[in-house]
Amino acid sequence: MQLLFESLFNGVAIGSVLLMAALGLAIVFGLMGVINLAHGELIMLGAYTTYVVQLIFKLPALQPLYNCYVLVAIPLAFVVSGVVGILLERTVIRRLYGSPLETLLATWGVSLILQQFVRSVPMAYAAGLILALVSGFGLPLLLPSGWFAGARARLIRLGSWAFSAFLGVCLAGGLASQIDRIARADARNVDVTAPQWMRGGLEMADMTFPVPRLVIIVMTVMAVVGVSWFLNRSVWGMRIRAVTQNRSMSDCLGIPTETVDVLTFGIGSGLAGVAGVAVSLLGSVGPNVGGSYIVGCFMVVVLGGVGNLYGTVLASFAIGVLTDLIGAGRLLSVWPDMPAPLASAVEFFATTSMAQVMVFALIVVFLQFRPAGLFPQKGRMVEA
Amino acid sequence: MFQSLQQRRWLLVCLWVLIVAAIVAAPAILPVFRLNLLGRFLSLAIVALGIDLIWGFTGLLSLGQGIFFALGGYAAAMYLQLSNAGDLPNGIPEFFGLYGVKELPFFWHPFASPWFTLVAIWLIPGVLAGVLGGLVFRNRIKGVYFSILTQAALLVFYNFFNGQQKLINGTNGLQTPATKLFGQYVGSDLMQRWFFWVTAVVVILIWALLRWVVRGRFGDVLIAIRDDEPRLRFAGYNPTLFKTLVFGLAGALAGIGGALYTVQSGSASPQFMEVPMSIDMVIWVAVGGRGTLVGAILGAVVINFAKSLVSEALPESWLFIQGGLFILVVTALPEGVIGWFRGEGPGNWLNRLGYCLNILGNWLIRWGNALIRQSTAFPWLNSLGINTLGNWLIGWGHALNSVGIVRRIGTYPRLELEGQVEVQP
Amino acid sequence: MRSALLELRQITVSFDGFLALRDLNLSLQPGELRAVIGPNGAGKTTFLDVITGKTAPTDGDVVFKGRSLLGRPEHRIARLGIGRKFQSPRVFEKLSVQENLALAVSRPKQPWSLLFQRLTAGQRDQVHHLMSIVNLQNRADWAAGSLSHGQKQWLEIAMLVGQDPDLLLVDEPVAGLTDEETDLTADLLKSLAGDHTVLVIEHDMEFIRRLESPVTVLHQGHVLCEGTMDQVQADPRVIEVYLGTSEEENG
Repeated sequence: MQLLFESLFNGVAIGSVLLMAALGLAIVFGLMGVINLAHGELIMLGAYTTYVVQLIFKLPALQPLYNCYVLVAIPLAFVVSGVVGILLERTVIRRLYGSPLETLLATWGVSLILQQFVRSVPMAYAAGLILALVSGFGLPLLLPSGWFAGARARLIRLGSWAFSAFLGVCLAGGLASQIDRIARADARNVDVTAPQWMRGGLEMADMTFPVPRLVIIVMTVMAVVGVSWFLNRSVWGMRIRAVTQNRSMSDCLGIPTETVDVLTFGIGSGLAGVAGVAVSLLGSVGPNVGGSYIVGCFMVVVLGGVGNLYGTVLASFAIGVLTDLIGAGRLLSVWPDMPAPLASAVEFFATTSMAQVMVFALIVVFLQFRPAGLFPQKGRMVEA
Repeated sequence: MFQSLQQRRWLLVCLWVLIVAAIVAAPAILPVFRLNLLGRFLSLAIVALGIDLIWGFTGLLSLGQGIFFALGGYAAAMYLQLSNAGDLPNGIPEFFGLYGVKELPFFWHPFASPWFTLVAIWLIPGVLAGVLGGLVFRNRIKGVYFSILTQAALLVFYNFFNGQQKLINGTNGLQTPATKLFGQYVGSDLMQRWFFWVTAVVVILIWALLRWVVRGRFGDVLIAIRDDEPRLRFAGYNPTLFKTLVFGLAGALAGIGGALYTVQSGSASPQFMEVPMSIDMVIWVAVGGRGTLVGAILGAVVINFAKSLVSEALPESWLFIQGGLFILVVTALPEGVIGWFRGEGPGNWLNRLGYCLNILGNWLIRWGNALIRQSTAFPWLNSLGINTLGNWLIGWGHALNSVGIVRRIGTYPRLELEGQVEVQP
Repeated sequence: MRSALLELRQITVSFDGFLALRDLNLSLQPGELRAVIGPNGAGKTTFLDVITGKTAPTDGDVVFKGRSLLGRPEHRIARLGIGRKFQSPRVFEKLSVQENLALAVSRPKQPWSLLFQRLTAGQRDQVHHLMSIVNLQNRADWAAGSLSHGQKQWLEIAMLVGQDPDLLLVDEPVAGLTDEETDLTADLLKSLAGDHTVLVIEHDMEFIRRLESPVTVLHQGHVLCEGTMDQVQADPRVIEVYLGTSEEENG
């Protein structure tokens, strides 16, 4: 019983990281038909954001608040990845709607650039650049729109960008002078230290639950609930769904489809950033951290099917539980005296990477019976 | 008409003579290091040809060709390891000793035979590709789904090969330079030169094979699958069968490329199956021009040469360049360089150039005219020949403009040039 | 009476509870020309999807030449002798007119024969004949994508004929054609009937009238009535669900 519960918990923990990482990808794929190969790099940006925030909170002035840096890191990571995602949508992906394979290749190019960017640009300057971008795009939304009408508009726009650039330079300079660790370019992996309350485990009924895992599960639940509320209950969610179903009709009804695209992509990318926070709590962060999660995300998307949040959730947990079951060789402990050839087979697959091999094989087998994933769409439009 | 055909034939003959001469002469001109690189890139061109067949013609974007590439490479490396293992303790390759393996794993045995290996190099990857592809295509999984499944498969194989130290030496892979073939070390200059020639000949043979495949009705079916697969079913064709076949063929080509690459690079290792490598293969085809076989070959060779040159000079910048290349090709040059040349690209470009020159010429006319007017007041300006210069440039601008327009007309679909009347059905 | 070429028995198709077709019965005699009309959402296209194997019926059976078509993939149904023209013209745009037709007349449609055999002289003649029927012989080497809408419609019909099916399913063949082209299309379809069995789905009443064929009216996935155009037009039920609104639209 205890064994079962423990393995279930482990599976759910693995699954929730996977879900967190795949959620944004699945949303963007389901709603816009775009597979974003740079998704892993957006996760990486979120993880690095967490790292920078953590270093900032180590400064003497902020030391007392160190324990709640994660709470700051989550929205910040959301914004950072979201802004980079929106930038990506506006500059590249927008030109490629309707040709998903080309989008795949272009986003791969973006992911290469982002990887090399974090390798060769010091984090302090990257942070400054991102702040400048955020404020440059954000200021026109915050300032009264009247300012942007008339003859002065150009001047004000110029001014807001100049101000943003100034902000960015200040942040970059400040960070670079205060925190030695992020002042130079560094390709090494970095480690995010969890705050005190997040270390150790929670003892309950003879079992220990590692706290970071619990925190991630809570984060995932909140993210899924938030996303499903947003898509199904809010006005913009309804608009997003409308555009998904019939773009030209939505356009005619006065829905700003371009804004919807930006919003969808921004949210999907932002969720990648939040996933980055979760990932940074689990292990060290490097330029390649995204790559190690992206294939898991693909499996979730393939297994879960398109355009269905429940499919994504179920697929993540199924893959998580299976990975844990196979990877930790739990079948052996449940059934210790199984026949020798079977036992050696179980042992053969009892590593994380071999478990992935097995899970992939199982998914391919599953697809023979349900080619469109767990929750396929039906109707005349499917193969239009 | 006939004359132009004759001219083109002459051009083709000249081109072929040049190519053959270049291949024969390359070892004499290039230093060994560069020759070896060229040989490797030509073997990558074989993989690119396969990708062009499945992506450029059939519309299947595989991000997992590295699997088949590696399988071919491993097959070749296993043969070389075995054929030289006779003098070693236990009579098995050296690395097994590191992991305490005393006996050759069962699947190594057939690779002692050179004939089996020669077949296995293309048959094993081909059959695996066919089986995997068939399982996927059977269920009408296509488009992006297919691409990400192939990438997942790639990672899975990578993990698998990486983890099997006792079977295939894991991460380290199998080394070949110190093994002997026909009594010569594989890594020696003489052997490398031969490998280069073999690779060049194989590239040409495969190019000819694929040209034959895509030129006929079979190729038309592939294009039809790319453009409208469901429609093709209603015409009585079974797209699954065609897709499985070409995916298998592309897998076999990747295997051949992998084997030739392995003997020239010195090892077969799981690095062949890293995710970036397989996506790079796609970009060679995209840059060269998908749907054009020559484009795939040129793309693979030129980009890899660029990569090795840039990486030698500025190691940091290659990823930036490569990333930019991905974005640029996909957004600005979707047909690739060769496709651009065959299409309206040069015509448009010449046209635009002519247009720009025309503007420049007109501008100079105005300037010249103004100067003429001024020169009535200031006669010394005339002696500088400004007028002549202006008129000369105007002439050039007009000339180039007409060149651009003529070139562009050549690229239009043939309209009623033979005095046909537009017939409505 | 000869046995029916195609018979639909109690066909029901349900999309997540929505009944696109319910208890549909229909039979076609060899050589017959039949028109099917019905308001939007009557299930006309779904009905073709069921025959050609694109959609599996929830219930019921489709029998063609005495054999059930259920569970057969599309290409096998096509090889049995059912050809389909789609609502919007679907030709292979990157292939030339000639290549499009060559794919249609090729037989057998297997990879090996396509690779190793050339078109026979008879098949080449057929391609030229088809091009001359639809007036595309001057466009033989044009990419099909560069043809006009009407030419594409005709090319697709020619491909359909080149497939030499026993049953031609033609979905809205005159959508977007000029009046003159519409008349020519009607004549072409009439000339095909007899040798082939033809089933036409169309909105254009004038076109249907010109076909001079029996008409089946679909409504909400069900056969409402059958008869000649005049009989159907006089039927009060039809007027209620269909022609009344249609005439208003036509103004």
